[in-house]
Amino acid sequence: MGRLSDRIFGLAMICVALVYIASAMQVQVSFLSDPVGSKAFPIGVASVAIICCVVMILRPDEEPDWPVMWTVVSIIISVLLLVGYSYALKPLGFLIPTAIVSGALSYQITPKPIRALLTGLGLSIGLFVLFRYILDLGLVPFGKGWF
Amino acid sequence: MEILDNLALGFSIALSPWTLMLAILGCFIGTIVGALPGLGPSNGVAIMIPITFSMGLDAVSALVLLTSIYYGAMYGGRISSILLNIPGDEPALMTTLDGYPMAKNGRASDALVISGVASFVGALLATIGLMLLAPLLSRVAYEFGPGEYFALYLLAFATLGGISSNNQAKAALASCIGLMIAMIGLDPNSGLPRMTGGNLHLYDGVDFLVAIVGLFAVSEIFFFIESHGKSSAVGVIVGKVKVPWKDIWDTKWTMLRSSFLGFFAGVLPGAGASLGSFMTYMMEKSIAGDKGGFGTGVPKGVAAPEAGNNSAAGGALVPMLTLGVPGSGTTAVLLAVLVTLNITPGPTLFTDRPDVVWGLIAALLIANFVLLIMNVPMVKVFVKVLQVPPAILLPGVTMVSFVGIYSLTGSYFDLLLVVGFGVLGYVLRKLDIPTVPVILGILLGHQMEKQLRDAMVLSDGSAWGLIYTRPTQPEDISYIATGLLIAAVLGFFAPIFLRRFLTKPQRVSD
Repeated sequence: MGRLSDRIFGLAMICVALVYIASAMQVQVSFLSDPVGSKAFPIGVASVAIICCVVMILRPDEEPDWPVMWTVVSIIISVLLLVGYSYALKPLGFLIPTAIVSGALSYQITPKPIRALLTGLGLSIGLFVLFRYILDLGLVPFGKGWF
Repeated sequence: MEILDNLALGFSIALSPWTLMLAILGCFIGTIVGALPGLGPSNGVAIMIPITFSMGLDAVSALVLLTSIYYGAMYGGRISSILLNIPGDEPALMTTLDGYPMAKNGRASDALVISGVASFVGALLATIGLMLLAPLLSRVAYEFGPGEYFALYLLAFATLGGISSNNQAKAALASCIGLMIAMIGLDPNSGLPRMTGGNLHLYDGVDFLVAIVGLFAVSEIFFFIESHGKSSAVGVIVGKVKVPWKDIWDTKWTMLRSSFLGFFAGVLPGAGASLGSFMTYMMEKSIAGDKGGFGTGVPKGVAAPEAGNNSAAGGALVPMLTLGVPGSGTTAVLLAVLVTLNITPGPTLFTDRPDVVWGLIAALLIANFVLLIMNVPMVKVFVKVLQVPPAILLPGVTMVSFVGIYSLTGSYFDLLLVVGFGVLGYVLRKLDIPTVPVILGILLGHQMEKQLRDAMVLSDGSAWGLIYTRPTQPEDISYIATGLLIAAVLGFFAPIFLRRFLTKPQRVSD
């Protein structure tokens, strides 16, 4: 049983598709409907997806080169950073979260602390100037009521 | 001389200083984006879309800017292919085969100039082809009813998947994922929510811009973290840029042949520029035979894929504009722009909004000359850009993408979705599941379902309504719909058999 990646992904997608079909069954139908209705197309697409997944499970491809453990950890850290950034952008303003996140991302790509620091600061200020003053987008530099 | 009148209209729009400036800016950004390894035309256009909207550009200006980026990226891709042996974008993969050996032989600047001229010839002929073919095709498209459109969408999914992946099941799964995401939101026919899981943020559906930026731009940073931004030092020296007239003259037939073949590869729904460059390189290689020395660094080996890829880029605009079905990943992104700008691509576009169509065509012609100037005498500027380390560049690209989406929607939820799509894109690409069909699915899902439902309404629920599409003549079969359905089935299954003879280069998803 080699080639697990395709099989696991196929199995996961089958579960997703089944949940999808189940929730398509629940869709309310309006009293004035066309012959096809709201349910048929989503159920049809999800069924095709299940067929594809079965093929993937039965005939998986070569295993891709998954990164080593440490790299996976740094990718997960980056994802968490970006999630945090999504939440932070509104309450904390543009400058500080952008500096922290872009610096951290830079460090994840090439671990050079000084360069990462400068990248964070440079990108945060540079992009703010670009977006706010040249492209005229409504960005807030800092959180509300700080200054 | 309708075309000349239309062109005059186009140039009257495109030659305004503002539009001209946008075209030049687009060419510049596009060439840089194309040249940088890891960023291709679809990323470039995807990142710029939110910014374009936030700047409040009107339809013509936005299109001019974005298609200049598109054309520019197609030109730029060759720069890193030749200098680094890393394709700057997917279609430029074939250019590495002869471009890098030429550079190692000390002819880097010759390779850059020849490929630049080939790009120009390809793109120019393709733009002329677009001018001639698009109005004709739009006349045919008037015959299209819901049944025909449904068949056409099916064809696009079948062929796009078939060509951009090595595994048909995975390609089809990618389309299904896209279509499944498209169904999230309010059902357009009944107005009732579907698949939202009760989450109010999802009632409007998943914005395709969010998906595009996530799948194309954010997933890229994970790949760079994985590779630690290695292997991006320019190892070859670019000498003084001179024009190798003799080589250019010798490759004239190669350029012309490749432009024609590439254009038609681009017009086919789903095929796109990667196929164009692949087919043209293979064609020229077999014409030249063993004596041609393909693979050792010959000018023809650089000219063929570049002419092919740039003319396919122009060709891919034809189905996008006339039928609303994109011929490649980037044109799918451009279609998203048109839809968001409230312009419905399709046959009526040519009669309702001639200013958009002909303004765009004129802008493409202008962009081409600008690109020739940027890519031949000024090519060294872009070589410099290649030396920016990824540790600075990639965080910048990510932040620009985030701010673009945020300034467009102002919602933290959409940013979370961007991150989610980034992770999804990373996993899909790792598993060799193409991401372009996902985008196409999200983009066309609603239309595809609507056309199917409309066709069924016309036929009173009979599945034969897909072929017998005209209620007025129920006994007449529709040749267009039948042909498209047959082509879809063939297009999906043929690659399984052809794959034994034609091995596709890896990672093709322009």
